[in-house]
Amino acid sequence: MTPPEAPAHGTSEHPDVVRLLDADGSLSPSAAAEAYLPYIEALDDADLKTFYRDMAVIRAFDQQATHLQRQGQLALWPPSFGQEAAQVGSARAARAQDHLFPSYREHAVCRIRGVDPVDIIRLMRGLTHGGWDPADPKNGNTHIYTLVLGAQALHATGLAMGMVFDGRSGTGDPDRDAAVIVYYGDGASSQGDVHEAMVFAASYRTPEVFFLQNNHWAISVPVATQSRAPLVQRGTGYGIPSVQVDGNDVLASYAVTRRALDEARGGDGPRAIEALTYRMGAHTTSDDPTKYRTSDEEQSWARRDPIARMRAYLEGRGASAAFFADVEAESRAVADDARVRTNALGGIDAEAMFAHVYSAPHPLIDEQRAWLAAYEATFEGETR
Amino acid sequence: MPIAKALNAGLRAAMSASDRVLLMGEDIGRLGGVFRVTEGLQAEFGERRVLDTPLAESGIVGTAIGLAMGGFRPVIEIQFDGFVFPAFDQITTQLAKITNRHEGAVQMPVVIRIPYGGHIGAVEHHQESPETYFAHTPGLRVVSPSTPNDAYWMIQEAIESPDPVVFLEPKARYWQKGEVDLTAPAVPLHASRVVRRGTDVTLVGHGAMVTTLLQAAALAESEGTSCEVVDVRSLSPVDYGPLLDSVRRTGRMVYAQEAPGFVSLGSEIAATVTEKAFYALEAPVLRVSGFDTPFPAAKLEGVYLPDPDRILEAVDRALAY
Ligand SMILES: Cc1ncc(C[n+]2csc(CCOP(=O)(O)OP(=O)(O)O)c2C)c(N)n1
Repeated sequence: MTPPEAPAHGTSEHPDVVRLLDADGSLSPSAAAEAYLPYIEALDDADLKTFYRDMAVIRAFDQQATHLQRQGQLALWPPSFGQEAAQVGSARAARAQDHLFPSYREHAVCRIRGVDPVDIIRLMRGLTHGGWDPADPKNGNTHIYTLVLGAQALHATGLAMGMVFDGRSGTGDPDRDAAVIVYYGDGASSQGDVHEAMVFAASYRTPEVFFLQNNHWAISVPVATQSRAPLVQRGTGYGIPSVQVDGNDVLASYAVTRRALDEARGGDGPRAIEALTYRMGAHTTSDDPTKYRTSDEEQSWARRDPIARMRAYLEGRGASAAFFADVEAESRAVADDARVRTNALGGIDAEAMFAHVYSAPHPLIDEQRAWLAAYEATFEGETR
Repeated sequence: MPIAKALNAGLRAAMSASDRVLLMGEDIGRLGGVFRVTEGLQAEFGERRVLDTPLAESGIVGTAIGLAMGGFRPVIEIQFDGFVFPAFDQITTQLAKITNRHEGAVQMPVVIRIPYGGHIGAVEHHQESPETYFAHTPGLRVVSPSTPNDAYWMIQEAIESPDPVVFLEPKARYWQKGEVDLTAPAVPLHASRVVRRGTDVTLVGHGAMVTTLLQAAALAESEGTSCEVVDVRSLSPVDYGPLLDSVRRTGRMVYAQEAPGFVSLGSEIAATVTEKAFYALEAPVLRVSGFDTPFPAAKLEGVYLPDPDRILEAVDRALAY
């Protein structure tokens, strides 16, 4: 069933939505954005260029991964195309000690925190079910992708509860205080786990930011089917201060997340952010968005492209052609590297199936591992 | 001491041994749980160690997963067997698989305590036997104590396990008394055990059914049949050693369980024993179980639950081969 009329969801033009950059790239804060200006004023040119670089590089990688899937190298690819600003702004707002829980589309978040993009590719190729260790310093406390919608909201909340119990937040020392940020989509916001996570988070005053990327579609289902009210109101209902931000504006995404994380780390309890953005590509490489949305809609969002907007802003501030050329070269290099390393990825040993099912020895697993090895050995020398 | 008190003592010992052990659940703090298993623990260890959570099963298990990621060892209480299903997703898709998905880098030392099974005349959803759902899930360990001594030791071993453990407490036996040996080395968590010696038929079961099997064995004795009784104790993994030794001696086996028989622990164990001890068997392995119906209204549970007579009927059939 499709709801009879579109509900009153926020658009990025609404005065309550935090927006700093206009669609044409000029700095024109919305009414709600005034309070966030200091966060942007504290940034220098290099920071601003990093935001742009992050977005451009991940888009090139994302396009490469999409091609690799078309060439049969990956089982599936969920593109991040269009959502770069929400991801880059929020991830750049996090401190090293913070923990990040993505769902499955947060490629920019992963890259910023140090996860090797090829680790994501290994997952989508069918070589792993996760593939990176969040505690390995090179992964920046980024947890693995979760394919069961919303499940990670509870894991994030539990980890944040532990931070409260261990006194790891709210000590007044911002260099030590830690927080958690959890990402999920507008579709996932309907899952019970997200609601239960908000209940636990509010009750235990967790140092946590719920970061909802409203990309307007859950596969083919419009956000109107998930909620008749703006999703930002969900947090408020649980007693969680909540903000709606233009998720195609990297500066606004950075500023609102920065402030929310600072407050959460400081002991003020959880915060929720609804980032209004758009998935410009397909849901995954198995999806055909022309079946359910119009090209008018797609074009209207293309005009609000987060990367073009930031580019215009930087050009207005005098960024040189050489800078953009350099970003383009890096983007190409990262994409090429992903292709070369993906093509070089080998197969996977059957032994891996039995590894890590349990942490302690388990007789059934041991017996079946030994059986398979003995069975395989009977084919020695034959081609199967 | 009764099983409920033994569990309480075991939880207290584990909480005293490590301040990373946390208890979470509905009404487990001030009230001490509806079966009073956690009685007094919040007063002793405080509200940060014994959490009266919001009323949300998926939330309880899901946040326990996050706490385990943060180095805690959460012990969850699900209030009744029939209410574990809202958390089924977090248990089977998340808890059971997180170590595997992280290729061993993240461990999940979470214990889920579930009072389970019939015999207490309760209303619907309060007398279920969900063990097969969990035993069927790779990555979970499933155990069920049947004596106070096992309850005391097994809960501590479960908390020590680096893997998630579904800890099924036979609620009908919470008040059953027995000795708890606080000094003797415990039986390992995943060991089955012969609880009565006999020569003619091996009776096997778990949880509350062990008591029923012992009653059946005593009755059989008076009729001249010698039954050996084996308590499986661990439903995943199953320790087949003592079970197969016993079947090789007696040549006959009857498995009794409260759960429906179709695709159940009894089916699994019967199949495996048949594969591994085929030439020792004088009769097919027989199963006595609950019927393949929803657990009936309490007034019918006496018909539904295997009792000593139904077990003895199967013993007679086994002997008739
Ligand atoms: C519990 C669950 N139900 C269904 C699915 C199948 N599924 C995968 S993605 C998706 C849509 C998710 O939409 P949303 O949360 O808005 O995130 P987006 O993909 O748009 O980023 C669905 C239905 C799933 N992965 N998990």
